[in-house]
Amino acid sequence: MKGFFSGTIVIFVIFLLTLIGNTGIVIAQVDESEFSREKTLEKVKAYLVELPVEFHGFFEARGGIRTQEDPHESKTATLGETRLQLHLFKSLDWVKFRIKSDFLYDGVEEGTDVDFREVNAVFTPFGFMELKVGRQILTWGTGDNIFINDLFPKDFTSFFIGREDEYMKAPSDAVKMSFYTQALNINVVYTPKFDSDRFIDGKRLSYFNPQLGRLAGEDAVIHPEKRDEWFDDSEVAYRLYRDIRGYNLCLYGYHGFWKNPVGFDPHVGKGFFPRLSAYGVSARGNVLQGIGTVEMAYYDSMEDQSGKDLFIPNSQLRFLTGYEQEAAKDFTVGVQYYLEQMIDYSAYRDNLPLGNQSADRCRHAFTLRLTKLLMYQSLRLSLFAMYSPSDQDAWVRPNVQYKITDYWSAETGANIFLGEKDYSFFGQFKNNTNVYAGVRWSF
Amino acid sequence: MKRYLVILFLLLLPIKAMAITGEEVIKKSQAAFLYPGKDCKARVVMKLISKEGKERIRELAMLRKNFGEIGGEQKYFIYFFQPADVRNMTFMVYKYPSKNSDRWLYLPALDMIRQIAASDARSSFVGSDFSYEDVSGRNIAADTHTLLREEKLGDKNSYVVESVPKEPIDYIKKISWIDQATFLPLKEEYYDVQNDLVRVFAAEKIEEISGMEGQEQKKIPTIIRRTMKNLKTGHRTDVTYTSVFYNVGLKNDIFAERYLRNPPDEWIK
Repeated sequence: MKGFFSGTIVIFVIFLLTLIGNTGIVIAQVDESEFSREKTLEKVKAYLVELPVEFHGFFEARGGIRTQEDPHESKTATLGETRLQLHLFKSLDWVKFRIKSDFLYDGVEEGTDVDFREVNAVFTPFGFMELKVGRQILTWGTGDNIFINDLFPKDFTSFFIGREDEYMKAPSDAVKMSFYTQALNINVVYTPKFDSDRFIDGKRLSYFNPQLGRLAGEDAVIHPEKRDEWFDDSEVAYRLYRDIRGYNLCLYGYHGFWKNPVGFDPHVGKGFFPRLSAYGVSARGNVLQGIGTVEMAYYDSMEDQSGKDLFIPNSQLRFLTGYEQEAAKDFTVGVQYYLEQMIDYSAYRDNLPLGNQSADRCRHAFTLRLTKLLMYQSLRLSLFAMYSPSDQDAWVRPNVQYKITDYWSAETGANIFLGEKDYSFFGQFKNNTNVYAGVRWSF
Repeated sequence: MKRYLVILFLLLLPIKAMAITGEEVIKKSQAAFLYPGKDCKARVVMKLISKEGKERIRELAMLRKNFGEIGGEQKYFIYFFQPADVRNMTFMVYKYPSKNSDRWLYLPALDMIRQIAASDARSSFVGSDFSYEDVSGRNIAADTHTLLREEKLGDKNSYVVESVPKEPIDYIKKISWIDQATFLPLKEEYYDVQNDLVRVFAAEKIEEISGMEGQEQKKIPTIIRRTMKNLKTGHRTDVTYTSVFYNVGLKNDIFAERYLRNPPDEWIK
């Protein structure tokens, strides 16, 4: 955090200097003319009007509760917060600054929090090159709620308790370099210190703990070994892309760590983030009357390349394909198929101690998304459902959003987790099934 | 002698028979309405007004560039200023004359580009009474156009053209009044399947906008205020172009993912 704050401070200082640079002129002029207080005020006012800093944001209240008891969580509420988000944006000839920060009171954690979502500067040193430095949200890939080659941090807790969609993504403290040429576009993202997902750690939502062999929550909050060494625990993600005949084609690479603490160190009894490299491809374009996508990746689990280590996930092949079509006026239907396959399955099976529950070689899932816009698009009904035939579990996410005016909006929805088995991907969250609602005023 | 008689006969033919056809009127109208200049940069304010008078505002910067001949491919880049929840969003359209458009939306809060399935061009543009087709044009060959008559609308001589969609859509016919001088649509009436008048378009203010075409200064008549009213719901949308510039020299590479993510200030502000 310390490092991030120093980076943040540098950007703040540059931001302030650019402002002061201009005010300096105003003050100098004031000094030379009469020392009239009124005139100074007028000039400052005029300056503020002239000030090309864009200032926006929203204020929001949001709450959510479990629809059933959870023996591992003391609170019924999953969400209860008031949040103020402020955006500050300033664009100069040579740079664009952006600060977006959330100030919130979290009733579930009973505390206040400041969450800087973006503090960055964008430079264009050459016509073909762009640099984005600082805290930023990063996304790429073709999936809808499923990310394969996008190994930037996500916030599953936020997503599963019903915060607004934008909170599905957690920020990265990174440098993004982009190169644009006729033949190829290249993005390289360097994160000097690993940014993990904001994973489900038991504090707010219960989960299946494989070491305990049961569901757990506040009684077994995950505190993984930290990956916080600057430059040693760094991540690099890159993407090469271009459009060919209307199809967007991408190649991806990633060198870093599993984003969740999926490794377990039996000596210290703690979870950790094992090393991971990933290589992938994706394509997106028009298919029939809609948009078709296909994406795959090879996850090379660097610390378990033989597949024998029980405490570290095997290497995997991940595959996703999707299709979306506007089925009727203002009504869109999207479907996806997802497959996750263990590479060294026999090595995994051979080393599994007797009596341990064996994972399947393949995990696969289907998703369905329906979106209907009504009342001049001010009312949006949506449903996202993910069903896994291999895990025999599902996640259903209905949502209704109503834009009351240009400033006020209200939203309500639910996260429904279904599954017989405690250890399956969505089955483990079944005690977290929740409903939520929120009101937002934007300015 | 016979030859002279033929010429005399031809000269006596009613002028009507040599006049323009409905399809030609619509073609010229699309050229004047949707394709003026090589490119265009505009600031647009849309007021969405409900039956009860409740207003919603959409303010956007729109960049358009023509590729190829009139009636051909066009690219649009749109940046939203208002309302607050869509501020900073960018939207890009590649429009093709005879197939579905490609559309992309960039959501800055998620840094996410979504390619939008766009098979229904009748869907509403940003919740207004205008459909995508109303904004960017409908394939001329998708309708049968008939020149019904010529008449005065206000003080303007106009062609009245009926356009009947060949495939069934949400209206069965459109009657357009097209200015004979500028070829801009002055008024359009849309009739639904019950043959009831359901939507009415009106060009409320037309101005001549200067634009350089090569070395030549040209005046381009432009609808700077238009409205679309839905008679069944009572909802209407007023669109005002607060500024319009033609032939500004937009480069091709503006219409790409790079600028969706990082909008080009010099063109949108």
